[in-house]
Amino acid sequence: MTNAREQVFHRGIAAPLLQPNIDTDAIIPSREIRRVSKEGLGDALFSGWRYRSAESREPEPGFILNQTRYREASILLAGDNFGCGSSREHAVWALKDFGVKVILAPSFGGIFFNNCALNSILAIELEEEAIARLARWVQADPGGNRLEIDLAAQRIRWREGKEMRFDIEPARRSLLLEGLDGIAATLRMEAEITAFEDADRQRRPWVYD
Amino acid sequence: MPATLLEKLWNLHEIANLGGRDSLVHIDRIFLHERTGSIALRGLEQEGRGVRAPRRAFCTMDHIVDTRPGRGDISLVPHGREFIEATRHSARNAGIHLFDIDDPRQGIAHVVAAENGIVLPGMSAVCPDSHTCTLGALGALAWGIGSTEAEHALAASCLRVSRPRSMRVNFLGTAAPGVTAKDMILHLIANFGSRAGRGFAVEFAGPAIRALNMDGRFTICNMAVEMGAFTGMIAPDERAIAYVRDTPFAPPGPLADQAEAHWRDLHSDDGAEFDRELEVDCARIAPSVTWGTNPEQLVDVDGVVPEPEAFDDPQQTFAARQALDYMGLESGTPMRSVRIDAAFIGSCTNNRLEDLRDAANHLRGRKVATWVQALCVPGSSAIKRQAEAEGLDEIFRAAGFEWREAGCSLCFHAGGESFGGRRVISSTNRNFQGRQGPGARTHLASPLTVAASACRGYISTAEES
Repeated sequence: MTNAREQVFHRGIAAPLLQPNIDTDAIIPSREIRRVSKEGLGDALFSGWRYRSAESREPEPGFILNQTRYREASILLAGDNFGCGSSREHAVWALKDFGVKVILAPSFGGIFFNNCALNSILAIELEEEAIARLARWVQADPGGNRLEIDLAAQRIRWREGKEMRFDIEPARRSLLLEGLDGIAATLRMEAEITAFEDADRQRRPWVYD
Repeated sequence: MPATLLEKLWNLHEIANLGGRDSLVHIDRIFLHERTGSIALRGLEQEGRGVRAPRRAFCTMDHIVDTRPGRGDISLVPHGREFIEATRHSARNAGIHLFDIDDPRQGIAHVVAAENGIVLPGMSAVCPDSHTCTLGALGALAWGIGSTEAEHALAASCLRVSRPRSMRVNFLGTAAPGVTAKDMILHLIANFGSRAGRGFAVEFAGPAIRALNMDGRFTICNMAVEMGAFTGMIAPDERAIAYVRDTPFAPPGPLADQAEAHWRDLHSDDGAEFDRELEVDCARIAPSVTWGTNPEQLVDVDGVVPEPEAFDDPQQTFAARQALDYMGLESGTPMRSVRIDAAFIGSCTNNRLEDLRDAANHLRGRKVATWVQALCVPGSSAIKRQAEAEGLDEIFRAAGFEWREAGCSLCFHAGGESFGGRRVISSTNRNFQGRQGPGARTHLASPLTVAASACRGYISTAEES
C-alpha cells in the first residue's frame, strides 16, 4: 500500500494505446514472469510489442512507449476492455514498476480493475469519446500537454481551464486516498466472521468438516 | 419474492454489507497454483500472517510444471523450479492441502477442484486464476482474483466484493451433431462481444444447457470470463448432484442427504428478475473457429475470413485490421484453406474425459497430417489414468498425437514450451497475441474440430476430414 498519497493528485505525460482488448498477456507475457516476486517487472512491460525480440531487448522503435516523447509516460489512455484475460497481478506490478500511476479506459477487465486499486494504480472508466478527445490533445504535444488527475475532486484537467469529471465507487476511492491495508481492516471484523461461520456450520456443516 | 440463483448464493455467503453494492463475502474454498499462489503464500509469510482455515485451502501444480513424460521439478520455464519449490515449501508451512507433481490428484486447479468434490454446489470458491469461473458449472459462486486478494482470502476466509449484476443466457433449441459446448460459448461471445458480461454473474440456462453433460457445462462456464463476466454459473440438477456424489471430498453419509436437499433449492425461481437476459438459438450454431486475436472474432469453419470494414463499430474494424495483420490472413480466404502447423487439445476449457473421447472417436483409424505437431494434454492425472484405462491414449498416439502428463501446458506456454511463430488450432480459451508463444497464431475451436483439423492439416470440421 505504498505511494497512495501520490494518487490524490497526479500530473504527467499520457500515452495513447487505444486499441480495444489489450489483455494481460500483452501487458506482461507469461514467459516474462521469472521470479516469485512482485518487484522489478517494469522491464517486461509490453515486452512482446516493446522489444524486437524478448531475448535481445532491442527496442522496437514503432512502439509508443519507446518514443522519446512518451518514454516518461505515467498515464495511459487505453481502449475498451483494457486488462482483460489472465488474472496475473504481475500485469499491474509491471505497470507500476514502469511508473504508470493512472489508466483511463472505457472499460477494464474485472480482475485487473480490482488489482489496480489494491496496488495504488488509479483506473478510471471514461467514455470513449472523452478519451479520444484527450488523446488528440495529448498527441499534439505530449511533453507540454500534460494531464492532471485530481482524485479528491474527481476531476481530470487538461487544456487550459478545461476539466472533466469522472466517477469512482466510494470504497475504491477511499482505498486509494487512504492507502488502507484491506487485510488488516477485515481482520478487525473477526468477531463477525466467526459468528457467521458458527451459524453457517449449523446450516451447511459439510462446508466446514 | 422469487430469487435468482445469484441472489441465493450471495445471501448464503454475505457476512456483512459494507455499504452500497459492497459486501464482505465468506469464502468456502481457496485454490492456489504454483504461478500466482506461490507469491500469495510468500506475501502472507512476509506480513507475518497465517492461513486462517488451512484445511479449506488447496494448492496444485499446473502452471509451470512440465507436461512431458518422466517429468520432475525441472521445467523449461526460466527459474521454474524456484516457483515449484517455493510453492511446495509455503504450502507445507501453511498446512494447506497440496497436490504435488507426483500426487495422483494433481492436475489443473479448476479440473481437480471439481472432480475431487472440493468445490461443491452452493459453495463460494476463489483462485488467483481467471478461469475459476469454470466451477460455476456446479452451481458454485466461483471467481478469479489477483494474488493480493488471494492473500486476503487466505488470511481472513472472506473477501470484500462488489455485488455483480445478474444476467441469464437462455440457450434454446437443439445443437446439431458435431456442434459442441465450445461452439455454443464461442457463438455467444461472438454475438454479444467480449465485454458483454462485464459486471455480471451470468447464469447459463435453457434446454440446450440442461442437455449438456458436466464436462460440456464446465466448458461453457470456463469461458464466461472471455465475455468479461465476473463469473458464470449453472443451476445444479440431478446430473450435477450425481457428478459430485461419492467424490473424495463430498459430504459423507447422512450429511450427503442434507447437502443434496440444500443443493436442489439452488436455482433461479420462476418469475425471478434478471438485470439482463439474452437468448441464443442453438439451431443456428455451426462448428466454429476464431480468425483473430480475441475470442469474439469468430466464424463458422465453413465461412471465410471477414472484411474489417464489414463491422459497424469502428473499434471492431480497427481491431480486425490489427488481428488479420498478426494472424497473417486475408479477408475472403475460406477458413478451410488455412493450413495449420500444430494442433493442441488441452487446457481447463477442454481437456476432460468427454473432450478426449470426442477427439479420440474422430482420430480412431486416422493420422495427423505429416506437417502438423499434435499434442493432447489431459486436465488432471485422474483423467489421464481413466483415458488410459479406456485405451484413448493408444488412439491418440496411433494417430500421431503426443500424449502428455496433466497441466496447463501450451495453453500459454506453461511448462516453458512454445508454439512461437506457428499457426495452431487449439481447444483452449484465448487466442491473444503471443499467448501460446511469440508470434504464435492461435485458432480456437472444439476438441473435435482440433482433431479433424490435425488430420487434414487445414482447418476442418469432422465431416470433411
